[in-house]
Amino acid sequence: MTTIPRCSAWRIPPSRAANSSLGNRRRLAQKWGGMIELENLTKRYGDATPVVRDVSLRVDDGEFLVLIGESGSGKTTTLNMINRLAEPTGGRVLIDGADVRSGDPVTLRRQIGFVFQEIGLFPHMTVGENIAVTPRLLGWPEDGIAARVRELLSLVQLGSTDIANRLPAQLSGGQRQRVGVARALAARPKIMLMDEPFGALDALIRDELAADYRAIHDKLGLTTILVTHDMTEAFLLADRIAVMREGVLLQIATPKELAAAPANNFVRRMIEIPRRRAEKLAATMQNA
Amino acid sequence: MTGNLFSAGFANLPDYLGQHVLVSVCAILLGLLVSLPLAIAAYRLAWLRGPALAVASVVQTIPGLALLALFYPLLVIISAFTTDMFGFGFRALGFLPAVLALALYSMLPVLRNTIVGLTGLDPAIIRAARATGMTPWQSLWLVELPLAAPVIMAGIRTAAVWVIGTATLSTPIGQTSLGNYIFTGLQTENWVLVLFGCVAAAVLALVIDRLLALAETGLAVRSPARLWGALAGIAMVVGVSLFPLFGHAGDTVTVGTKSFDEQYILGSLIQKRLNAAGFASARRDGLGSTVAFHALTNGDIDISIDYTGTIWANEMKRTDQPGRTAVMVQMTAWLEKTYGIRVLSLGFENAYAVAMRRDRADALHIATLADLAAHAGGMTIGGDYEIFSRPEWRAVTAAYGFKFAKQRQYQSDFMYRAVASSDVDAITAFSSDGRIAEYDLKLLGDPKGAFPPYDTVVLISAKHAHDEKLLAALKPLSGAIDLKTMQQANLMVDREKDKRTPEETADWLAAQIKR
Repeated sequence: MTTIPRCSAWRIPPSRAANSSLGNRRRLAQKWGGMIELENLTKRYGDATPVVRDVSLRVDDGEFLVLIGESGSGKTTTLNMINRLAEPTGGRVLIDGADVRSGDPVTLRRQIGFVFQEIGLFPHMTVGENIAVTPRLLGWPEDGIAARVRELLSLVQLGSTDIANRLPAQLSGGQRQRVGVARALAARPKIMLMDEPFGALDALIRDELAADYRAIHDKLGLTTILVTHDMTEAFLLADRIAVMREGVLLQIATPKELAAAPANNFVRRMIEIPRRRAEKLAATMQNA
Repeated sequence: MTGNLFSAGFANLPDYLGQHVLVSVCAILLGLLVSLPLAIAAYRLAWLRGPALAVASVVQTIPGLALLALFYPLLVIISAFTTDMFGFGFRALGFLPAVLALALYSMLPVLRNTIVGLTGLDPAIIRAARATGMTPWQSLWLVELPLAAPVIMAGIRTAAVWVIGTATLSTPIGQTSLGNYIFTGLQTENWVLVLFGCVAAAVLALVIDRLLALAETGLAVRSPARLWGALAGIAMVVGVSLFPLFGHAGDTVTVGTKSFDEQYILGSLIQKRLNAAGFASARRDGLGSTVAFHALTNGDIDISIDYTGTIWANEMKRTDQPGRTAVMVQMTAWLEKTYGIRVLSLGFENAYAVAMRRDRADALHIATLADLAAHAGGMTIGGDYEIFSRPEWRAVTAAYGFKFAKQRQYQSDFMYRAVASSDVDAITAFSSDGRIAEYDLKLLGDPKGAFPPYDTVVLISAKHAHDEKLLAALKPLSGAIDLKTMQQANLMVDREKDKRTPEETADWLAAQIKR
């Protein structure tokens, strides 16, 4: 495998990153834990019907919440309002009791890990440079960053290869997504937001990656909100599941409660999909 | 003969190529300095996009030559203004207007490609940049610009090729370039020289284009080696081209010439005398008539060759005609008093005179301008680019009541051919032109004395007016050339057979003077 030499021009000079009132931002980071509260959160574009309507929920420190819904249900917009990639029209988001809009959005985002579906890695940066982005913006010393990159690569089980000097285009889909997780974790966030992170992957890799991430979540004591439209994935990963439809939160419950007492027909239909699949599969296996 | 022409071409190559590269590089850099920030602003502020692109597109529709020409008067006005307000002026001719006009010309492709490159980025990537905690500026520098770089580089490449090509047109506003070959060749009907200039400019453009293409792929495939290799190649081409320019040290005496053969011959003659006397000299060839005079008064050039009647009518704004000697005396005094310019008369007159085919004139019994007036209503008159807008022509038209059916303008060589082949009925010829005899043209008399006399004079700028060494070098030319000799010299350059370069002819002329 050829390696591409790192081009220093594409790296963030530490001096520029460091001069942005750093100390202040660090202190803020340490103050925050991982509890997230959404209070009557609403998002509306122009005069149209709101894409998110009056959503209130609480995610405890260390909890793994899966936000599920069909496309257009407002789940991604809700996620984006937590790190202010979108600003709410009404209501508010609290992290550890503090309104996220009381501070600078850039500072906020540097403290929250964000994983995207498929693309999201910068194609012109090597794997190592991608992972180092947020620490560099925060002005970490270079040797600390290098150590952190190695540590993260082994955390996402890519440590055995010389992958750090490769470009994203030279990786497989699964490897790319592992690097995406590593990049989101780089600056030691308490909170991880994930927007259909495994959606574009083959089924085999997908389950493996999901399980690996759940292990990381537990190991690091993270608070995770993961958006998906796949109920099976939700059942496998979540501590609690929040079901959204047309901008409204229909139900939030543990997988067990959800299966036992769906709030309405829509939720029932949603959770019947994996059940029916599992039954059919079991029947087929028995007959074989 | 062709061999001579080629060696004359190569002899000037270091100077022309160096100047061409210098003006092109400065124009491209200046253009980038303006268009890149403007493009980024337009990317961020959507309302700016339309107007910025519209203005750049309009600039692009102005013919390159016109754009270059427009900067000269503009700079003259600005220079006059700064002289009044702040006590300093600057050279309105040559380098500055060429760089400004070419920089403006380079803007559209850079602007368009930068905007397209940035707006075409995947929004998911920009969202990722924000999510990792980049400020908008960090996202621009670290993500958006690097990703759009190949498209931006393609725009820079287009701009560079345009500028290198268009720079050949900066010769008439006094900036030496590879265009000097083309303009001189066109004036002297020396097609080898024209071709030489075209090929030289094309080779330069192609080399730079290939190197920038390499830089572009270097950016596209993210290969720093290719990018730096290409940039090093460009630096080498530029460095090698500019090297000869640093040789010119100290005080250079610049001889300016207008765009016709006689001026090239006399310019070369003067330059050879200056060089022989130990001066470092340079040439600014092919200047427009008024441009040349203003360049002299501004100090952009040190020596020019002019004609008494031209200055009488155009600069002194005189419409009377007190006779050849009086015009010379009064003009000399006026130039001395107004600009401190020293005048040296060469001894022959190169007058504007209306010429017709001899057989045609005889058939119609036309001998003078008064005779011509009766037939003018059904005739087409041909002239050079200047004459019809000059005060002398207005005076002549008024004096004889001319109303020609049509007017046509020609490059002076083609003008003689046009009358010889009856494309036009009469032309405003130059009396010292060898082609009057060659084509057997008849010069019409001017009984009312409406044309002023046009004695050929060497004008020496105030800066050198009292430079004894320089005056001594030029003194032998005073009154040394008669009309017949000059006609013969002009014909040597103009004729088809046994054609000579202006430099060779200048040597011949020098030998005639010594005799």
